[in-house]
Amino acid sequence: MIADNPWIDAVLRMAVIAFLIPVAVIVLTYLERKFIGRIQMRLGPMRVGPYGTLQTVADTIKLLTKEDLRPQSADRWTFELAPFVVVIPTVVALVTLPVTADLFVRNLTLGLFFIVAVSGLSIVGLVMAGWGSDNKYALLGGVRAAAQLISYEIPLVLAILSVAMLSGSLNLVEIVNGQGQVPFIVWQPLAFLIFTIAGLAELYRNPFDIPVAESEVVGGPFIEYSGIRWSMFQLAEYVNLVLISILGSLIFLGGWNWPLGNQAGPWLQIVWIVLKASLFISFFFWMRASLPRLRIDQLMAFCWQVLLPFAFLQIIINGLVLVYEWPDWTLGVLSGAAMAAAAYLTYRNGRKAAEPYSPRYHAVRSGG
Amino acid sequence: MYNYFRPGGVAWDLPDGFKEMTQAVLKDIQQGINDIDGLMTENEVFVARCAGLSPVTPEKAINWGFSGPMLRACGVKHDLRRAEPYSIYDRFDFQIPTGATGDVYDRYLVRLEEMRQAARIVEQALDHMPDEGPIMMPGMKRTLRVPPGEVYMRSETPRGEYGIYLISKGGDSPYRVKVRSPAFSNLSALKAMSVGNYVADAIIILGSIDIVLCEVDR
Repeated sequence: MIADNPWIDAVLRMAVIAFLIPVAVIVLTYLERKFIGRIQMRLGPMRVGPYGTLQTVADTIKLLTKEDLRPQSADRWTFELAPFVVVIPTVVALVTLPVTADLFVRNLTLGLFFIVAVSGLSIVGLVMAGWGSDNKYALLGGVRAAAQLISYEIPLVLAILSVAMLSGSLNLVEIVNGQGQVPFIVWQPLAFLIFTIAGLAELYRNPFDIPVAESEVVGGPFIEYSGIRWSMFQLAEYVNLVLISILGSLIFLGGWNWPLGNQAGPWLQIVWIVLKASLFISFFFWMRASLPRLRIDQLMAFCWQVLLPFAFLQIIINGLVLVYEWPDWTLGVLSGAAMAAAAYLTYRNGRKAAEPYSPRYHAVRSGG
Repeated sequence: MYNYFRPGGVAWDLPDGFKEMTQAVLKDIQQGINDIDGLMTENEVFVARCAGLSPVTPEKAINWGFSGPMLRACGVKHDLRRAEPYSIYDRFDFQIPTGATGDVYDRYLVRLEEMRQAARIVEQALDHMPDEGPIMMPGMKRTLRVPPGEVYMRSETPRGEYGIYLISKGGDSPYRVKVRSPAFSNLSALKAMSVGNYVADAIIILGSIDIVLCEVDR
């Protein structure tokens, strides 16, 4: 409790979230541009403020003062409401996300379920934006977003479900406390892998940025938006990034506890959760800078043919271990073996697909 | 750069330390090519997207007027630097990479190898370059008066055959000039190459042509 009166307490906690969201977005935008810049052998923003630190602040001011345009042929209500439909669920999902053992707005018993259910709603906003803009690229992007996000929701939820099976609870604080000394990533690396990949796809970032691909559909559903409405989408994207990263560190990396250790003090908890979430975030940034974009059919095939069966496999393994009360280490070993199998099968299929081209590659390289 | 080359020679001598600077840059370039090779050539996603995409047969490529890496990727071993050597290209030792099926992946491979060969050519040119010597043909006039007649000269550029057809009726300016730019001929096949593929693939095919739009618009 921050304050004694429950109402004042709730308002204070929400104020903390409302303050943290824009700050997080501004900081993350700057960090991402710097990070990607260094990977691509550039400096990134350097002009505004020392080392360009004020660049994103300047961008925000520019976005807020920009004219809010609406194409004449756009579907008025769909077009204007879409940014809110995207941004509100992601912010609502933050309500139950505990950052430390007592830093949350409300600790719901069904917290994990609530987050998954609510953040799934923002897909509607993307489809609305695509449809309402009356633009063929926006429509393409909206349809791509619907197809991709709904498909990848399934392996994501299954990976989360396997965590819930182990901890026997959907309450995020209890899940973190239930991990005790050993975080869940040790017991089920396969679920962690699926969660990370599906989370990357849920955030529609590279190599899964198909709905908003710049070079193909010129920004997808956001193409007709400008000013504050466009920045809403941007806000939702980064809030989602934070959400998935914190969620991942809560349910797989042991949350605010010491790794392989006991509970940390209240201030150290913040340090730990920030460190673990940054691990996820930098992984997402790194992937963005280093992988080319998939095609929509390859993306779908990967989801339904690779991620989904292995997500079910993880659940079956969990079920076997829990029902027959096998020792704990079997779970980790089985899941690790399944992950190795998944990696090997994907690799072999990729090799098989690339096999016919390999002699060509060597022939060309040796000068024909 | 564009003011540096003159009819009969070059405008001024090379800056001090040119050889060393070029060698240093060349090392960076070779390192960069190796980096790209390691990152992209065997990348699953990259191969899945590019291999087998819009293959072009050699006959079609010739009929469409392809040249440069686009033509060589289809398996036609044609390089003007070797076919009709101009300048001092007959003195250099370099290889002409050719692809097998002319798909996007082949175009990438050929381009990658051509960068390596180009670096080799620059290396050899640096070795053979005399330290001292004339930089301009003696007795070159400022205004050239070309006798009446017509001429077509072509050379190999990174994107293909770049030709200039020139008609002179005497005097110091040409009567007619036609530029044959490789980007235009290569781009004209975009429609035929992208029929039957995804929207997303059209972008890759366009990228594999490696067009320069201001070069198309001559």
